[in-house]
Formats: sequence, C-alpha cells, structure tokens
Amino acid sequence: MDASNPSNSAFDGQMGIRGQNLLVKSITTLILAGGAVFILIPLAYMISISLRDRAQIRQATLDLIPSREITVTIDGKEEPLYTVTIDGVEQQMALVKNRPGGKGIFVEVNNPEITHELVIAEQTPIREVSIHPENYPESLTAVPFDRYLLNTILVTFFGMVGMLFSCSLVAYGFSRFRARWLNILFLLLLSTIMLPRQVTLIPVYILFQKIGWVDTLLPLIVPQFFANAYDVFLLRQFFMTIPLELDDAAKLDGASTFQTLLYIILPMARPALVSVAIFHFLYAWNDFYEPLIFLHSRENWTMAVGLQTFNAVYSVNTHLVMAASAVMIIPPIILFFLSQKVFTQGVVVTRMSEK
Amino acid sequence: MRFFNMRDWTLARREAAAGYMYVAPWVVGFLLLTVGPMLASLYFSFTDYDIVSSPRWIGIQNYTQLFQDPLFWKSLQVTLYFAILSLPSSLVTGFFLAVLLNQNVRGIRIWRTIYFLPSVLSGVAVTLVWITMFNPQVGVVNQILEILGFKGPSWLSDPDWALPALAIMALWGVGQNMIIYLAGLQSVPQDMYDAAKVDGANAWQSFRSITIPMMSPVLFYNLVLGLIGTFSYFTQVYIASSSVSGASRELGGPARSTLFYNLYLFQNAFRYGRMGYASAMAWILFIIVLILTALIFKSSSMWVYYEGELRSKSE
Repeated sequence: MDASNPSNSAFDGQMGIRGQNLLVKSITTLILAGGAVFILIPLAYMISISLRDRAQIRQATLDLIPSREITVTIDGKEEPLYTVTIDGVEQQMALVKNRPGGKGIFVEVNNPEITHELVIAEQTPIREVSIHPENYPESLTAVPFDRYLLNTILVTFFGMVGMLFSCSLVAYGFSRFRARWLNILFLLLLSTIMLPRQVTLIPVYILFQKIGWVDTLLPLIVPQFFANAYDVFLLRQFFMTIPLELDDAAKLDGASTFQTLLYIILPMARPALVSVAIFHFLYAWNDFYEPLIFLHSRENWTMAVGLQTFNAVYSVNTHLVMAASAVMIIPPIILFFLSQKVFTQGVVVTRMSEK
Repeated sequence: MRFFNMRDWTLARREAAAGYMYVAPWVVGFLLLTVGPMLASLYFSFTDYDIVSSPRWIGIQNYTQLFQDPLFWKSLQVTLYFAILSLPSSLVTGFFLAVLLNQNVRGIRIWRTIYFLPSVLSGVAVTLVWITMFNPQVGVVNQILEILGFKGPSWLSDPDWALPALAIMALWGVGQNMIIYLAGLQSVPQDMYDAAKVDGANAWQSFRSITIPMMSPVLFYNLVLGLIGTFSYFTQVYIASSSVSGASRELGGPARSTLFYNLYLFQNAFRYGRMGYASAMAWILFIIVLILTALIFKSSSMWVYYEGELRSKSE
C-alpha cells in the first residue's frame, strides 16, 4: 500500500501512444484543478469576507480582494466616481442621479454644472482596495475568546495526555500478552466502534450531573483516560510490527514488562503515537456535540461552542463571524501542513470520520 | 491480593495477569461508560424520566408514542432523504477523484493535500462559511448562479432547498473518502492488470472487470458507514438551522425540513428534558445500526470481492 508510488493504475499500460497518454493526463489534471478550486473557494471567501466592512458585504461583489467604490464630494454630497466613455474619450465623472431606463446623470468633478446622461451599466465604477484587518481584534474582543481558547487548549491537551497514556497501556496489553479472555475483550473493544454514541450519552450525562461534573471540563477530559477503540486498535497494529526479540532482550536484561513498554515499545512507536495524538488534537479542537451538551455557562465554553453562539448573536456582522472562524481553523491548518504525511496515508484516515 | 506470591504462579498465569492489568483501563471504562450506560438507557427507554424526578416505569409507552409521533417519522424521512441526496454523490465523486489521482499525474501529493484539507477543519467554522456563501442576497453561490443566468433559491431558508444545500456542504468534504479509495486502488495488484493486458483487455475493460470488483468491498463498506453516519449527523444542521436569518430560528427549520434524527433526539433529551423518550429513540437508532452492520457482513459474501479468497485458491 505504498501511497507515494501510484503506478498500478487501471489505465496505465493501455495508453501506449505517448500523445494519447498526454491527453488523458491533461484532462485529468484539469478536472483535479477544477475540484481543487471548489475546495479552496469557501476558504478564500472566508478570508475575503473577514476583511470587509458591512457596506462591502452588502455590495456583494465576487472579487476576492475587498474593495470599495471611490467617492467624491459634489455639492456637499458623497457621490461615486466612474470612468465614463464619451465619444471614444475616457474621463472620470461622478454619478449624481439615477434616471429611468438604467441611465444616470454624470457630472464632471471639477465642473459639476456640465452633465451627461449615460447608461450606467456601460460605465465602470472606480474602486480601490480597502481591507479591514481590524475586524480580527474586534471579533476576538467582542466575546471572551481568550477564555474559550484556554478551555479548548485544556480539553485538548489533557484529553490527549489521557488518551496517549491509557491507549498505550491497553494496546500493549492486547499486543504482547496471551490470555484466554484477551481475544474476546479485543473483539468487544472493536465492536464498540459501531456503537452510536447516543445510546450511552443520556445515562453518561445523568451520571456526570449526579456527581456535579456537568458544566465543567471534566466530562470532556476524564473519559479519555479510559482508552478508546480506534486509538487502541491503531497503536496495537503498530506495536505488533515491533519485533518480539526486542522484548526478549529487555527481559533477559531484567526489565519488567512496564519498563519494556516505556523504554522499548513506546520510543519505537513514535510515528504511531504522533498520528493518534494529531488525530486526537483535531477531534478535541473541532468537537461541537459534547461541549454543547456538557458545557452550559459561557466561561466554560470551548471555541466551537463559543463560535456558534457568537454567530447566533452577531449574525448581522458576517465579517466578524468570518474573522473568528478563520482564527479557529488556523491551528488545525498549521498542524495539517506540518504533518501532511500522516493524513494522506489512507490507513489512519478512517478513524477520524468515525470518532 | 498478595503480589509476592506471584513467584509461585506459572509463567502463563503471570503473563495473563499482566495482560489483564494493562487492558484494565479500557475494561473499567467499558463497564462504566459503555455497558452500564447502555443498560441504563434501555431501562430509561421504558420510563418517564426528566432527571429532576426519579424515573417512572411506563412499559413500552415511549415506543408506542414514538410510532405515532409525526415528528419522529419526519426525522426518519429527513435523514433518509439526505442519505439519498448525499451518499451516492459523495461515493461517485470520491471514487472518481481517486481513480483520477491514481493516474500517474504530476503533483499527486499537492492534490491529495488540497482535497483532504476540509476534513481537518472545524465543522462549526466551515458551516458558518457555507451559511455565508448560501446567503440568498449577498452570498457567493447565488451571485455565481446569477452570472450563469439562473435565479438562485433561498437555500437554507427554503424548506425545499435546505437539504440540497447541506448535501453540497457534505460533498465539499469528499476528500476524506477519496483518500480511502485511493489507498484501496493502490493495493490492487499490478499483475492483474498486466495479465488483463496480455489477454487483450482495453483500459475500460480492465477498469470494469478488475478495478470495480476489487474496490467493491471498500465502496460498500463506506456506503453503509455513511448511512450510519447520517443518523449521527448533527453539528452542521444544528448550526445551519439555528442561525439562518429570516426564517424562524427553530432547530431543524425551516418548517422542520432539516429535522434530522439525531437533532430530534438531542431536542427531546436536552431541550425538552424527555430523557425516557430520547432513550427510546437512541435504542431504535441502535437497532437500525445493528441491522445495517449485519447487512455489511451478510451481503458482503454475495457480491463483494475479497482478495484473500483469491489468494487461498491460487496457493
């Protein structure tokens, strides 16, 4: 399953003629590029809209770079400036009045007495780039985003610690020891992958409420210390590839099983540990469902819940909502580009969609 | 337990004990956070329970009430309609992209990275962007449609167009499936294609007779998992229906056209406090998932191709 060497394609050997091969590849690249544009457009507009002001959003231009119409003062009123063409000569004029039939009255800027009646659609408004980076500090201070950020980091970090700790132990148990019930337990573990979380959610919620954990970060962190099927499965698969001779050598040197795990297995399993850590980061950072259910008061919210509520309250300020959204997706994007390889190997991907 | 006695144990027993010790964190969690709650929710599903007062046994009343609840049927209908809208298109697009990427095209890593990017981004942030793009007046989608000469619908505020809009959003995340299919395609043995070529098969023939059968387990598995996933669909529709301007801000709106199964379950449990009723819904969901899972195993032997079978025959 070598992902970097896509040689065994269905069409490969068939296109003997070079030219035909080139044609197929060009069309393929073209379609792929079209799809890539579809993927990138929403992200581009997120950034673009986050840099506009409200007037620019209402103008609804397709331009990615935020711009605004230049206006000039005519008789004490701000009027939009146009490049107009009269008898083949281009000049700048201000639009002062709309007329029926899509026409408008244009005047010369320096000489407002001279008027021309022209079809507006045939003239081009003069625009200038106008971006509003101040939206970012404004959106981040409108609600306590620093608090949401702190909560998200706490949930993500401690959850990750709990997951790595428990899943390493459990995966070690399932990969290195023989006992009658271990195989059955492993099957049970795998079967929980299919279990919809709604089936356990209500009693778990009630349990956490009885012990006073609802509206704290604990329900999001503590369960991570009890391992989960996906990460255990992934780590176990990796542990199985580590030669048993290493364990035997450590045992001869008098190492306990725990020391073997700590000094032999875990260092060798670093790539797998990094993978599950990254996937957990993304899961915890982006999760909305459980924070929504368990966190009630504002000071306990994570970014996901805070952002949703921010949108509900500030929905008219689309630019601020987009700025906050952009901030929220920055850490995953950075992580993604730093560790691309982990993501594009299909093996581990399945896990994320299910968790 | 007296551990110093361990010296007297047989090696096998010591090994077993150590194994159980290492898997103990999961076993404890399994009993406490999975088995216990499952039994509890089964019990709650036969009670009238609002957390404040203690559960009152009412037999199968929750279930009979559910089957007469028009909103329950509506939520099933919405979920299945969305599955029909979104799953085949995601499957075909994802598979098609994977086949394209599996040609020896240049920059395969860049394409894979771009297509996979949506899968790592926050569902909340992404949904908010799409809500902005689907805005009937100033949104990008309708502006582009206008340039092409169409009058765009009101998307998320129109009961007929809200689900298609959500399906388009889902299609945006198709890269995740694509990666899985790509891995599958690359594990198809090259000698099969070589053999087909020797026999004089053309590209389409070897695609139809080798690629499709070899990929069918992956495709089928993903389809069923997608169906199960639709029953858990939540974040996107919660945000979309609670923030669409103009329409009344009700979950599952407009006009309950996006009342997904999981959303109605959430509403019953955490908005109306009807824990017994919601537990009954959860158990019905569990049974649906069980049936779908059984379907994977059952029908796979009928038409899904396994490489292992071939190997054992040829060896």
